[in-house]
Amino acid sequence: MNLRQIMVYTRFERFWHWAQMALIFALLFTGFRIHGFYELIDFRTAVTWHTGIAIALVLLWIFAIFWHLTTGTWKHYVPTTEGLWRVAQFYAFGIFKGEKHPYRKAYWRKHNPLQALTYLALKLVLFPLVWISGIAYLLYFLWENVRDSGELLSGVAFVHTAVAFAILAFIIVHIYLFTTGHSFVGHVKPMVTGFDEVELSPEEEAYLEKDEPGHIR
Amino acid sequence: MSKIKLHIVLLVGLAFGYGVSATAAFASEGEGAAKPPADFEYHPPYEPVLEPPDMPPQHSDKEPGGTADHSKFEALQKDFKSGPEVTKACLSCHTEAGKDFMKSVHWTWEYKNPVTGQLLGKKHLINTFCTNARGNEGACAQCHAGYGWVDDTFDFTDQTKIDCLVCHDNTGLYYRMPQSEGNAACAIMFENAPPLDWKRMAQHVGMPKRRNCGQCHFYGGGDDGAKHGDLDSSLFHPGKALDVHMDEKGLNFSCAACHVTKHHQWAGSRYNVIAKDTEGTGKPGMRRDVATCESCHGTEPHPDRSIANLLLNNHVERIACQTCHVPELARGGVATMTDWDWRTAGKLKDGFGYFEHNYTQGNGKHRKTYKSIKGDFKWGENLPPQYDWFNGQMIYKTIDTKLDPSHQPVAINAYQGSPDDPSSRIWPFKRMHTIQPYDKGNKTLVYMHLWGDDEAAYWGNYDFAKAIEVGMKEADKPYSGKYGFIETYSFWPSTHMVAPKQDALACNDCHSRNGRLEGVRGVYIPGRDANPWLDRIGLLVVLGALVGVLGHGLIRKILRKRGDAA
Repeated sequence: MNLRQIMVYTRFERFWHWAQMALIFALLFTGFRIHGFYELIDFRTAVTWHTGIAIALVLLWIFAIFWHLTTGTWKHYVPTTEGLWRVAQFYAFGIFKGEKHPYRKAYWRKHNPLQALTYLALKLVLFPLVWISGIAYLLYFLWENVRDSGELLSGVAFVHTAVAFAILAFIIVHIYLFTTGHSFVGHVKPMVTGFDEVELSPEEEAYLEKDEPGHIR
Repeated sequence: MSKIKLHIVLLVGLAFGYGVSATAAFASEGEGAAKPPADFEYHPPYEPVLEPPDMPPQHSDKEPGGTADHSKFEALQKDFKSGPEVTKACLSCHTEAGKDFMKSVHWTWEYKNPVTGQLLGKKHLINTFCTNARGNEGACAQCHAGYGWVDDTFDFTDQTKIDCLVCHDNTGLYYRMPQSEGNAACAIMFENAPPLDWKRMAQHVGMPKRRNCGQCHFYGGGDDGAKHGDLDSSLFHPGKALDVHMDEKGLNFSCAACHVTKHHQWAGSRYNVIAKDTEGTGKPGMRRDVATCESCHGTEPHPDRSIANLLLNNHVERIACQTCHVPELARGGVATMTDWDWRTAGKLKDGFGYFEHNYTQGNGKHRKTYKSIKGDFKWGENLPPQYDWFNGQMIYKTIDTKLDPSHQPVAINAYQGSPDDPSSRIWPFKRMHTIQPYDKGNKTLVYMHLWGDDEAAYWGNYDFAKAIEVGMKEADKPYSGKYGFIETYSFWPSTHMVAPKQDALACNDCHSRNGRLEGVRGVYIPGRDANPWLDRIGLLVVLGALVGVLGHGLIRKILRKRGDAA
């Protein structure tokens, strides 16, 4: 087994991640303005940006789903219980005792089990909820004449806002976790350069050097 | 009582808002004065002054075709001595106009609502201002488009009694007076009134201008702007800031530009409002029956150039155009009445009626805040309207309606509509608050006998008991003999004084806590509404995450230091 710098986040994944970050931050900012938490910007401006950015994000998601399915990258998010408990235990206890993170990034598995499960929940629960509720919200004019549409809309808004809170909480924990294990920079760097240290089996190493020389340093 | 003093009281308080500053100054000083000042001159509120020939033409429903010059018509080359003579001449060419006009509410003062079945119109209704025209036609029929309606003997089938000129005189010199002289002391009102040049007016007729409609409709409720809040004398010569459509230097619409007609039947009835027009512009020239915004602007009025406009177009389904585009009431420097308390009417000073004018409106004019013949008033300008769901129908409290005095104020015209009704939209209303006489025993509204040359007419005798007894008796309605006062509301949908788009309500005005739509239920408004529990729990979760990671980090740091030290 050899530690090598390999490409774990391809150009699209990095673009996807950072674009998503910027768009989600903008959506949170404009969304909580629309919700009435503050009035730093005009309501009209907030709605215009919130709507435009949401449409951009939906387009990005559609492309990302396509990309994951066609490249097979979706496999990184398949949940597993293997090692899940150990990772959880690490964050709960081991980390305080200066233990090493139990997970080793693999070429075919770039997220630890807890991380993968969290991202999967994000992608399968929170994002679809905010997406569906947001579209229902935006298309209210199509269903405003159904009975009790006012009540329904407040339900839609409830879901949309609740998910926004959940996403914000996720972001806080997500950023915090960069400070664990390696340094903060050590966590962020792969998402910038694409390369991270991964233990490779000789077969993997040989394959990458021969077939994907750009993905290994 | 001195007849001269009485006439002063009548003069200052007449239902028509004769704002004569000369009399105002005279009477308010309380000198009681043996006779009116020598320079007193009667002016109708709308000043019959000649329209200058270079006035820009007002755009009407039908643009003048220019194929006929009435001054050359043989039938009009007579020295007319009266209105009916002019009418006969009009009808000699416009053979069907009389028959058509007689179906109009301007003639019948009666309207049977096809939806609610209620019999409405000034002939029957009681409002929250001077209360009833019925029985007071001698005064109130000053605004009936006919000659000489003073009592039940008026012949509604006589076409020569139609007043064509009140609507069609284009000289600006025509004016109307009360149809009877009322109390003998009121004779002064009719003195020095300028003579009417019937021939000149007959030869200069045309489509109605704002002056024609406004001489009555701007003075509803007994004074300039009193009733509606979106109709007052500021619309005779409005600028763009007041009304984008009637802007004298711009579009210069007459009323009839929107209130289109077909056989002398006007579109845009207040008795049967189209609260939501889903048809839009229709085919060219087709829509002769509506005065809705949509009939010109369509059902997607905001140009599709921005996300905000697309979203605004989605508002059209649930929000009336007027809600945003008529941002305030009484914006033209003329105030509208907001409160009227009849209970204080009848106070006398030294045995005589008087008035006070403690409100100065935007255009500098003083408005009366007390009149012995009417009671106390309050005025307001630039008022935010009241908003609520409205489907275009009002249920009126008529003379026959049993009231429930335990729930006051009573809505005299309760607007209908709800968020669950697809034909309802959120509309702006001017709300009028009044305390007015009612029949305490029978729990009904009352007809009051206000105007007349007799001992019962309230205006002159100040006796509610007599005025109500006679008013009810003449209308053949039961009266218990005991009157009291009841608190009422009336609601006037706002639709005129459309502001330039930059002055329309902005999103923030409604999409905020304590905004314009604060009281409107049944709809979730982002920025106004939020589930307080969701907000609390949501913030708690976010805060919890923050505290959690900070705590986690802190413990890590402490333990690591301890580890290092060890």
